[in-house]
Amino acid sequence: MLATTSGLAYVLGDSIDTDQIIPARYLVYSMTVPEERAKYGQYALSAVPIEQAGLPEGGIPFVGEGETTSRYAVIVAGENFGCGSSREHAPFALREAGIGAVVAASYARIFYRNAVDGGFVVPCESVENLTVAVRTGDEVTVDPDSGTITNHTTGQTHALRPLGDVAPILHAGGLFAYARQSGMIAAR
Amino acid sequence: MTLTEQILARASGRDRVQPGDNVWVNVDTLLTHDVCGPPAYDIFKREFGEDARFWDGDRVVVIPDHYIFTEDVHAHRNVVALRQMAAEQGLKHFYDVGTPRYKGVCHMALAEEGFNRPGEVLFGTDSHTCTSGAFGMFATGVGNTDAAFILGTGKLWVKVPPTLRFVFEGALPEYLTAKDLILHVIGEIGIDGATYAAMEFDGEAVYALPVHERMTLTNMAIEAGGKNGILAPDEAILDYVRARTDVDFTPVYTRPDAAYQRTWTFDAAQIEPLVAKPHRPDNRAAVREVAGTKLQRAYVGSCTGGKLEDFEAAARLLRGHEVRIPTFIVPATRLVGEQLKTTFVGDESLHDVFVNAGCHIGDASCGACLGGPPDTFGRAQDAENVVSTTNRNFPGRMGSQGAAVYLASPLTVAASALTGVLTDPRDYLN
Ligand code: SF4
Repeated sequence: MLATTSGLAYVLGDSIDTDQIIPARYLVYSMTVPEERAKYGQYALSAVPIEQAGLPEGGIPFVGEGETTSRYAVIVAGENFGCGSSREHAPFALREAGIGAVVAASYARIFYRNAVDGGFVVPCESVENLTVAVRTGDEVTVDPDSGTITNHTTGQTHALRPLGDVAPILHAGGLFAYARQSGMIAAR
Repeated sequence: MTLTEQILARASGRDRVQPGDNVWVNVDTLLTHDVCGPPAYDIFKREFGEDARFWDGDRVVVIPDHYIFTEDVHAHRNVVALRQMAAEQGLKHFYDVGTPRYKGVCHMALAEEGFNRPGEVLFGTDSHTCTSGAFGMFATGVGNTDAAFILGTGKLWVKVPPTLRFVFEGALPEYLTAKDLILHVIGEIGIDGATYAAMEFDGEAVYALPVHERMTLTNMAIEAGGKNGILAPDEAILDYVRARTDVDFTPVYTRPDAAYQRTWTFDAAQIEPLVAKPHRPDNRAAVREVAGTKLQRAYVGSCTGGKLEDFEAAARLLRGHEVRIPTFIVPATRLVGEQLKTTFVGDESLHDVFVNAGCHIGDASCGACLGGPPDTFGRAQDAENVVSTTNRNFPGRMGSQGAAVYLASPLTVAASALTGVLTDPRDYLN
């Protein structure tokens, strides 16, 4: 069973690339040292042009000034989410900011793979582009196993695509857990 | 089977594979650099133990290149972490900063050092690892977790991609470079037009390109969302590789039974010098359509546009003239940097052409291609228009949030540097 994620939605457009998710200049920070790790949450989505940040109105920062986590729990986005650089820091930064699930109309493959194999966030694919049906600040619940995202603000439920080939890896919690369960690498 | 399918079948020990199959492949080479090497090694240790050894240290290539010439202390710490990893694991393919072994941009260095070998499987912790597909190998980018998994096991799961084929027919006009061809493709299919797919290139104009120029085609496969870019090797590739390595390799070639998901055929003579306008690599326009757009900066560098061939092209136009805007020259590798001094147009070295034209020449590294720390050479600083031979123009990519980046060929960048506005290189070639 994959955890459901409930909370506020943050809505973004198409082709949000990994430089917008976490700009290159912050990649110098350690992903393990706690005080540096917090910077990944702090700067998550910091390079999204402000007019496109938090649709439909825009102008809504994902993380508040001086904070290291976001008040939003779910990202709803359009096509090709996570294109560009292969930095695993991107799904990591979203997780550090407090995101549990991303619901996008489609993904760039390296981001998708990193999100799954690293067990950072559940990358759900919506059947329809939901960037109009969901507005930034709507209360939503994402249930990846039953394949739904419910918008409590509008009362509507929308379908997600089946998790497909990566379901076993997501269920295990990432590539290493999956490989241990299936006996590919030694259990510990 | 297509080239990609043949390689993945062999690497997974099967007679055949088809698109959609999930297979575990044996990895020939893993590449990493200063940004992703240290976190990948942290994951490796967390998962396999503090004292664990790599599956095969001789197949791990470590090329620091991203944040090299900066005062940023955290960036330096990454290089120190790589040094420690190389020492602990006894790595022989580590190209350390500040030593004669230092190379520069990893994708170019892989080619120079003979790590790109037809028929092999290469993964790298960098999305432009697809560059190496120019050598007829399967090469793609992965994240730190996947890299750590490979470091421990030598294997990784891959979903076999369908193959899209792009054929450029006819001779290549002298005003075009590989950059124009790939900008044409990306503009045609869009920024996600090849998501999950292999992009195979073919045709007379493609095989007319020198080896390094072919790398510019496969380099930007990722800018259309492609999993990998690939070309069947020809004699030029085989000669290049054999001159650089003693390792045996088994090339794969195009087979009649290859099934492509779709084929696009273009006439090279119909293509014009192109740019990708801000802020997407698929935002294609003919230079003619945007000619006259005011510029504040020009940049020639990166794995896409910092090869010797790019500088030769730029020097053709810059020779004997002066640039009107700050123009930055960043060789991809140190070898390319040396070749600038030993390659001549007429009686002038490329290096002298650039100096005499008023360009700034930097040290080999990724430089401002990805912005980097604020003191990075050539980094966009303000709300400025930049014309660049690099591969990405997403918001903030070259440093400043306010910069608007036009991606273009080295000929277009040089012509535009001379005028200070976007300029079709044909105006100068004639
Ligand atoms: S030159 Fe640019 S695109 Fe190439 S590896 Fe370096 S940062 Fe990436």
